[in-house]
Amino acid sequence: MANSPPALEVQRLTKVYKTARAVDGIDFALSPGSITGLLGGNGAGKTTTIAMIMGLVTPTSGSVRVLGAEMPRQRYRVLHRMNFESPYVDMPMRLTVRQNLKVFGMIYGVPDLNERIGEIAAQLDLVDLLDRPTGKLSAGQKTRVSLAKALINRPDILLLDEPTASLDPDTADWVRGRLEDYRREYSATVLLASHNMVEVERLCDRVIIMKRGRIEDDASPAVLLTRYGRHTLEEVFLDVARGRAHVQEAAQ
Amino acid sequence: MNARIASPSGLSARRVGAMVLRYWYLLRSSWPRLLDLIYWPAVQMFMWGFLQLYISSNAGFFARAGATFIGAVLLWDILFRGQLGFSISFLEEMWARNMGNLMISPLRPVEFIAALMIMSLIRLAIGMVPVSLLAIAFFGFNLWGLGLALAAFFVNLILTSWSIGILVSGLVLRNGMGAETLAWTIMFVMLPLTCVYYPVAVLPAFLHPVAWALPPTYVFEGMRALLIDHTFRLDLMLYALALNAVLFAATSLVFVALLASAHRNGSLMQTGE
Repeated sequence: MANSPPALEVQRLTKVYKTARAVDGIDFALSPGSITGLLGGNGAGKTTTIAMIMGLVTPTSGSVRVLGAEMPRQRYRVLHRMNFESPYVDMPMRLTVRQNLKVFGMIYGVPDLNERIGEIAAQLDLVDLLDRPTGKLSAGQKTRVSLAKALINRPDILLLDEPTASLDPDTADWVRGRLEDYRREYSATVLLASHNMVEVERLCDRVIIMKRGRIEDDASPAVLLTRYGRHTLEEVFLDVARGRAHVQEAAQ
Repeated sequence: MNARIASPSGLSARRVGAMVLRYWYLLRSSWPRLLDLIYWPAVQMFMWGFLQLYISSNAGFFARAGATFIGAVLLWDILFRGQLGFSISFLEEMWARNMGNLMISPLRPVEFIAALMIMSLIRLAIGMVPVSLLAIAFFGFNLWGLGLALAAFFVNLILTSWSIGILVSGLVLRNGMGAETLAWTIMFVMLPLTCVYYPVAVLPAFLHPVAWALPPTYVFEGMRALLIDHTFRLDLMLYALALNAVLFAATSLVFVALLASAHRNGSLMQTGE
């Protein structure tokens, strides 16, 4: 794994909207099979970074390579091996869960689609909901449907933007469990933007902290806790957000 | 790494089919959407049909002009409803906040547009076939009796409607839902200029070049030639086809430019105004 080429590589990535630098020359590479948390306050550049990785936004400068393909120029070489989930992007509400999964399964070219829909529905506890309109479901159920769409093609690269936002703690914990299962089973590479530090501590091997479009820190959760002399990632996040960076190292 | 899903190469009929299926599911699940397809065409056809009955019984020319009004109404509806069917299917994605899911999927813009074209035909058929049958029953006007001429009229009108639909979709992608009303209003610019209900000669001279630059003008002139003079003007249809080819290519290029601009300015991440 250590010698494998990165599943995802970002070099000097920059996005400028008129005069605002949303992302400012960031670099990172993700190893295949890793889960990386992308942290930062509102406006830190997380969503823009993910959008550039997906080819949804064209970088001002710098490069993104996903599974060897240069984004966005070569995106159709790899989009079928990626997927994305966010509570801020909905599924068509009038379509049933099964219809939505069928449409997206066809778009992604999933073989044996009916079998796959049954499998993913069983894994995400959606079997009883398959023939109900998506719009009639609760927030937690809709999140599971969005996750089913994001996993329908068994993506090698999974991008998640606050996947458990607005979920109750029990449902959020359940969703995290399913994400762990998926990563374990398919060795998928996951990039997770989140404001939930408990979630990041539980799921992520590595944490990239962004502030004003730049990477402020990049290490494993354990290393970050030691580096900042803190007990929780939330405290580390606050240190970075309020400019109290590297407290422990400075003290030493 | 997951290698079970084949790499998508080139254009895919399966992905186009997936999008058509998506809109078909939506139509099937919503009777107001189905009703809307037939409601206005029927209302328009009845209003113009009764007006035509009234004036044709009071003026010699209109008696000779026969079914030009009702023919114009039905052909105008092909133009207008064709574009509306295209644009509304596109807007359904914006209203459903589903555009992000599509834009990060392997679905290519040209496949998305192909699906929207197919849906415009399906929606048009649902609305226009019953209305054309009502026109036979109430006014004795048989649109289908135009035969090959109808096919020529239809091809030209639907090509124009798709071109305008592509342009509107690009504007909404680039500018957000603030541009949504264009879907309903943009085609009405064509209503006076393409001379749906009167000949081009009625327009002031300075507007003639404008009218003849628009493909539907040739169709409506061709319809009048057919219904009044009983002559099929192939030359008009070929002019319309050539102009449609130019219009379709131009709006497709504009769409590509607007989509690239939307990628640059991040508007694909937003679905609001």
